Amino acid sequence: MSKTGVFICHCGTNIASALDVYKVAEAAKAIPDVSYAAEYKYMCSEPGQQLILDAIKEQGLKRIVIAACSPRMHEITFRKMLKKSGVNEYLLEIANIREQDSWVHEDTGKATEKAIDLVRMAVAKVQKNEPLKTSFIPVTKRALVIGGGIAGIQAALDIADAGHDVVLLEREPSIGGRMAMLDKTFPTLDCSACISTPKMVDVSAHPNITLMTSCEVESVSGYIGNFKVAIRKKAKYVNHDICTGCGLCEEKCPVKTDSAFNRGLSKRPAIYKLFPQAVPAKPVIDKESCIKIKSGKCGLCEKICPLGCIDYNDEDRLVEEEFGAIVLATGYKLAEWQSMYDEYGAGRFPDVIDGLQFERLVNASGPTEGRITRPSDGKEPKTVVIVKCVGSRDIKKGHPYCSRACCMYAAKHAHQILEKIPGSRVFIFYIDVRTPGKGYEEFYDKTRKDGAVYVRGRVSRIYKEGDHIVCQGEDSLLGRQVRVNADLVVLETAMEPSEGSAELLGLLGCAKDEDGWIQEAHPKLRPVETQVGGVFLAGVCQGPKDIPDTVAQASASAAKAIGLLNKDEMETSPMIASVAEDKCSGCGACEPICPYKAITLERIPDREPGTGRKIERPAARVNAGLCQGCGACTVACRTGAIDLLGFRNNQILQEVDALWP
Amino acid sequence: MKRYAYFPGCASESTAKSTTLANEFVFGAIGIDLIEIKDWNCCGATSAHTLSDAMGLALPARPLARAEADWPDLDVVTGCASCYARLKLTNHRVRNDSEARYMAEKIIGQPYEAKREVLNFLDIMGDADVRKSIESALLRRFRKLKAACYYGCLNIRPAEVTGANDRENPQAMDEVAALTGAEPVDWGFKTECCGAAHQNDAALEARPLAGRIIENARACGANVILTACPMCQMNLEMRQSEYIRKREEKLTGKPQFPLLGMIKPPDPEQTIPVLSITELLAIAMGAGGRRLALDSHHVPVGGVIAGALRGDAESEVFI
Repeated sequence: MSKTGVFICHCGTNIASALDVYKVAEAAKAIPDVSYAAEYKYMCSEPGQQLILDAIKEQGLKRIVIAACSPRMHEITFRKMLKKSGVNEYLLEIANIREQDSWVHEDTGKATEKAIDLVRMAVAKVQKNEPLKTSFIPVTKRALVIGGGIAGIQAALDIADAGHDVVLLEREPSIGGRMAMLDKTFPTLDCSACISTPKMVDVSAHPNITLMTSCEVESVSGYIGNFKVAIRKKAKYVNHDICTGCGLCEEKCPVKTDSAFNRGLSKRPAIYKLFPQAVPAKPVIDKESCIKIKSGKCGLCEKICPLGCIDYNDEDRLVEEEFGAIVLATGYKLAEWQSMYDEYGAGRFPDVIDGLQFERLVNASGPTEGRITRPSDGKEPKTVVIVKCVGSRDIKKGHPYCSRACCMYAAKHAHQILEKIPGSRVFIFYIDVRTPGKGYEEFYDKTRKDGAVYVRGRVSRIYKEGDHIVCQGEDSLLGRQVRVNADLVVLETAMEPSEGSAELLGLLGCAKDEDGWIQEAHPKLRPVETQVGGVFLAGVCQGPKDIPDTVAQASASAAKAIGLLNKDEMETSPMIASVAEDKCSGCGACEPICPYKAITLERIPDREPGTGRKIERPAARVNAGLCQGCGACTVACRTGAIDLLGFRNNQILQEVDALWP
Repeated sequence: MKRYAYFPGCASESTAKSTTLANEFVFGAIGIDLIEIKDWNCCGATSAHTLSDAMGLALPARPLARAEADWPDLDVVTGCASCYARLKLTNHRVRNDSEARYMAEKIIGQPYEAKREVLNFLDIMGDADVRKSIESALLRRFRKLKAACYYGCLNIRPAEVTGANDRENPQAMDEVAALTGAEPVDWGFKTECCGAAHQNDAALEARPLAGRIIENARACGANVILTACPMCQMNLEMRQSEYIRKREEKLTGKPQFPLLGMIKPPDPEQTIPVLSITELLAIAMGAGGRRLALDSHHVPVGGVIAGALRGDAESEVFI
């Protein structure tokens, strides 16, 4: 039996006030394998750690049990400490006597008994622990940023500024994302284009950034530090190497189709730039609406182009690139309220629009050049109703969450209407007004003083009566039904994960939460990392947020990516699945279970039983770079061939046995 | 000939006299046989189910069980939205809840398996063959008849039970009305509650419900409201004069007292006639005003109908 030391932490009064730590120490000393036990007020502190190190040296301890808080809190702290001591850092067990004991029990006597049990279990397990070694893998010093909105732009610029190569991938023909569609930004009312387009230009001019627009991720393989990503370069039908973006082709194109960028409020040609300030400032052809590509006739753009850039036979191409880190910045889309809200007319009334449509209406470079007009007849609306939480905070509509930015941009919309249309009236229906942010409450206050009328209640239905659109709802402060005859209705609709984000997460093996947003590794302590090593997240793809938070998170994830790329090689956790090949039957049950695609079936050499002939047979193999140590495969294995290092079946059973000796 | 077990409902023999006459005319003309359920009883709408769950379940279960026993291969049809809601819901519950079935069977003392469907007239008229026979039975066409089709809440809701796919903007009645040349208007109150069930016990809340339906129909350019339920129809008609009087009071600020219980007939300019969809079809199929007892309407319908038929070669002078 190796000599085991037990150290009990008071955690100030967190543990010591709810159970008898001295009694636990006494009981620990009585356990046969334990040669030393001590208690201290703060085991994680500098003197606490020194106490442990001294005891190891003086008592010749070989294995350590620390009874303290959750291992999620300080296991890493104590492992680092052990590196200095000569004891392998995996010959350590934490008995959680805080979260699972002192914090949740009131009876001191029973809590003490439980603490003793927990210590006994930890001591039993640590006897079976084996020294583990971390391994190292090389890092490809290149980052991929997926999504060219403000989050992706910021992350790409930060990583590139730190000296690493970055590929910024965007599926649209231009970067800029949703922010490029906005008019002004709350609460300072600075123009969205004025602050985002210079950043877009910085991206295109940065020597470390390769911009890939009209591109999508096709497949992802590999692991942290060594991703292989297949990228589909969608056909642009315009040779961007020679195109100067003169715009002649756009003027000549006879096609008029709905502009998605203007949310259907205007038309665009089939050869088009997403918007005038697009980066790259060169057009692409939309094959769905181009007459030449569809029917072979037309060809006007080819004739007019002075440089011969047009190529109708352009095709999608696949390229494979290698990256060390991936930043996801896939953003959001607005909920399709038309299919959710029959009671709001289901999209039958052209003067009921969503928030992004309003942004295009009020935007100086939008379809009306900034005049707020009704889409139906072009008249200036005098009474506008703004409805908040359309789809948000409503389980029946599928979105239990708050979309966070709407309260503020609703106030901004109200401000813009009152400012641009003299004598106008604005009614805002709300559930709560949420303004947590610097300068936000002041902005909301100002909007109310400008004359916006806030009505607390939900709009139950929207219908047409004569020239008006009537919004009926309950004013829950007055306790009665109110009706507003509006000229224009703006629905501030819920944010949803962007189109195709679920498929992308599937390619990467990242988890999503129940609403479809990307699941961060830890909601508080690892907010910009995913559960897949080397994949970080930035912006709304993690959950609804506004521009300041998005940019802050983008820089944070860039910092994480830079930290990874700065290493020449990186340490991997040794607590991963390991296959006992002699037991593995090669059934492959573990392969589809693995959420990280870390298990593959490979053929290994063996000898045939009986004859001793050399043969090959399948067996599971674990990729150490991909495995995150979740343990799902160990449960699936029929023969018990897979064990999780550090949590081997016999180690856990030893622990259970200790409970009932 | 298509056959259905028919649940007439109490209103059919009293307030909905003209609609009942129209039903007989129309279904006779298009060759649909409605066989009245023997010894049917009140479905319990609208009070029974609010007072006792067992009573709310058993009252509709009894005629349904009788229909099932007498004609096991016929669906049940009714022309009243209230009856439809009670019958449909009972059928649904008995089908999906064995306890409810046990309770219903115990009270009515006969087996009831809810094997067949419960339908309303709009369901029947949704069938393509029925539409064809309606079309071929039409003799006259309306012109400039702007119809606001009012489905009522109970023909549509709850959608989980009725299977309606558009709760706010259904189309079935609009399509049938359009066959006669009437022009259905796009309006916002197709499935709003008219308050029929609560006009007596909660008048203050219920009165404006009917008023707003009338107001929106007129504002959207309708000159007639079409219904698929005798309760809705009665409610929308009977409350019009009171609603118009109240609106006058509100606009002028002067109380418009009725003279000793005599309610001043409302200005014909401000009223809107209310017809059931079968009445409209019957007229278009050639039925005269006397035959349909159209003069029994609270809001006169002759003017609008005659106007919409005028200029048609085949039409006689109306009424």
